[in-house]
Amino acid sequence: MIAEFGHFALILALAVAVVQAVVPLVGATRGNPAWMAVSGPASAAQFLCVAIAFGALIHANVTSDFSLLNVAQNSHTLKPMLYKVAGTWGNHEGSLLLWITILALFGLAVTIAGRNLPPGLKARALAVQAMIAIGFLLFILFTSNPFQRLDPPPIEGNGLNPLLQDPGLAFHPPMLYLGYVGFSMAFSFAVAALIEGRVDAAWARWVRPWTLAAWIFLTCGIAAGSWWAYYTLGWGGWWYWDPTENASFMPWLAGTALLHSAVVVEKRDALKSWTILLAIVAFGFSLLGTFLVRSGVLTSVHAFATDPARGAFILLLLMVMVGGSFTLYAVRAPALKPGGLFAPLSREGSLLLNNVLMATGAGTVLLGTLYPLIADALNMGKISVGAPFFNSVFLPLMVPMVIAMGAGPLLAWKRGDLAGALGRLKFAFGLAVAAAAGTWILQGGSAGPWWAAGGIGLAAWLLVSTATELAGRIRLFQAPLGEAVTRARRLPRATWGMLLAHAGVAVVILGMTGSAAWKSESVQNQRIGQTVTVAGYGFTLESVKSVPGPNYTASRATFEVSHDGRPFAVMTPERRQFVMPPRPATDAAIRGTLAGDLYAVVGEPAGDGVWVTRLYFNPMIPWMWIGAAMLVAGGLVSLSDRRHRIGAPARARAATAAATAAKA
Amino acid sequence: MTRKQRRLYFVVLGLLALGAAVGLVLNALGDDMVYFYTPSQLQAKHVPPGRRVRIGGLVEQGSVMKAGSTVTFRITDNTAVLPTTYTGILPDLFREGQGVVAEGKIGTDGVLHASEILAKHDEKYMPKEVADALKKSGQWQGGKK
Repeated sequence: MIAEFGHFALILALAVAVVQAVVPLVGATRGNPAWMAVSGPASAAQFLCVAIAFGALIHANVTSDFSLLNVAQNSHTLKPMLYKVAGTWGNHEGSLLLWITILALFGLAVTIAGRNLPPGLKARALAVQAMIAIGFLLFILFTSNPFQRLDPPPIEGNGLNPLLQDPGLAFHPPMLYLGYVGFSMAFSFAVAALIEGRVDAAWARWVRPWTLAAWIFLTCGIAAGSWWAYYTLGWGGWWYWDPTENASFMPWLAGTALLHSAVVVEKRDALKSWTILLAIVAFGFSLLGTFLVRSGVLTSVHAFATDPARGAFILLLLMVMVGGSFTLYAVRAPALKPGGLFAPLSREGSLLLNNVLMATGAGTVLLGTLYPLIADALNMGKISVGAPFFNSVFLPLMVPMVIAMGAGPLLAWKRGDLAGALGRLKFAFGLAVAAAAGTWILQGGSAGPWWAAGGIGLAAWLLVSTATELAGRIRLFQAPLGEAVTRARRLPRATWGMLLAHAGVAVVILGMTGSAAWKSESVQNQRIGQTVTVAGYGFTLESVKSVPGPNYTASRATFEVSHDGRPFAVMTPERRQFVMPPRPATDAAIRGTLAGDLYAVVGEPAGDGVWVTRLYFNPMIPWMWIGAAMLVAGGLVSLSDRRHRIGAPARARAATAAATAAKA
Repeated sequence: MTRKQRRLYFVVLGLLALGAAVGLVLNALGDDMVYFYTPSQLQAKHVPPGRRVRIGGLVEQGSVMKAGSTVTFRITDNTAVLPTTYTGILPDLFREGQGVVAEGKIGTDGVLHASEILAKHDEKYMPKEVADALKKSGQWQGGKK
């Protein structure tokens, strides 16, 4: 009964979405305030309907209602409660419902937080949001109904893929979706601005916090996914350039570019049509990511559904939304008032460089991801494009970007003084060279990979130049300490956020370089009592015992780890045999230190008292997570900036401010 | 700076980035592309030893032999077989009679020295590439739905 209620709520949501898409749009065109105002209550009703449907599906999963096909296929009574709830979105239908729920949540957020938005812009943006919702609601109702009944109901469900029964799963997809769908806000605002034919500093100021919020969620989601891959797949890797990873990385690149170009629109009233284009592209990548993951056209752990009808539907949806908005862009963008001029050597010039490199990087990732599909369609044979391609194409593009990232913030708006900036960066440059040289010597010259020195040098450059920028802003060592503290306090939070995020990128680069360059790995048949030494840590296999779990039985190995002759840690990796579906899964044991992670995996028995074990020392991995946390923290600090919190000022005031700024 | 100059700067910057990307892509496409074959396609193709390939098929029944942490087995598409050796822990889903994708280099001895064994897909499904290849050769009519 509750399931039918949920199904009905979804149909109702579709009806509401149609109203929300049509009435405010017509109202905005005719200048009818009453019609425009429909968007507010409509978005609230829309959220209510979708939330009821989502709640009904969670209820069905929690109560193990196997009369629902979706629950029977993906759940099991023995599954722990956390995974019963999280399992709701661990499958195709449920994850789509989550997608729509988040979309409706963002719509509601605009209605609540956007009280001071001009009514026309708000009405149009919400109408565009509703159009996206219509597409996805049709998709879910016609091809992927989560409330489909099964008659007769089975006594027990099929269970959830053990790889997905993991705390990482509970949070990774919702985070990722909050990011993906969050870019729909920028998209809707961009399309609304195109319809209005007006993009100005105030527009950028409204779009920035939404984009920033989406970017924060996406960053969290990617980091969580990477962490999940790192510890559940049991290979000690954290990024495989897998199509689904790329699917989340492309919107991140476009979104990062959008964040930076929106700054230029806000501060300098330039790069307007480019920013609009980026907003469309960022959401287009999100849709493409949904398509790649949901259609099953590319093999991947995440590919739940391989139903061609669904793939075709999403492809159609993708073509209509992206094609439609590009057409609108082509027609309307030339009509946008051209923005201000600027010199290449300026803050906005460096932001443009960032944009060009980010966009090119996203383009190469797109090419590498889709190339196997293209080659297959053209009968050029089956090809897989793996890590070597991306490493040799994408990474070189990021080198100039990181270099520019260090110098860019030191340049002034309008006309930067490159010589002055470089003068201030002498120290950063010297330290970077020293770090690279030190790395080279420490790793024993060519005994380690040559690029390790480069990576560490780049990270040092970015870290020190970001610190230089901070020191310059607060006049550290130039003015009395008290004045520096006062200045630091007065520094806008957006600036703090930028500095923190840039430093975070430097820390991430440190972690990536270290873990990729100096990993120690040892695979062997290990006898009980035998000690294997990896990177100076002695792993003694003490025992392997059978341990029961809620819906699996595990072989739990106990390793006594010693370092410098002293006991250091006890690690207990498991190999789990799940009941339903009857499948094994690996649970690696990880012991993190600042220098790196100890990582132990136990495999199959290889004779009496002998097990295959895999032991790693993954250097500097924790730095990646610390860096990712700094990126997210930077985003949050920037989001808490007063200007965003109070909300965008009225358009007239913003225009005056922009004019004053331009004069100054 | 005039509007024209600014536009020129835009275009030059874009072309530079695009040129760099195209150069890098062309450089990578030659070396870093890995072709996928079934054992019988491989026999027909004469792939030079030392080139990285991906081979997909089924793990032949009764062919898996373990010596220490090194595993040897044969990949079959029921027409041709390819002896394969791999050192390391096999993926959890690896077993006889199941689909597998192995990536590595063919040695001069005609053995695939795999550096990576993929079986991370869902157990319900064949690896897509394998299913397609086996369907094409008429060896497998299964398939979900």
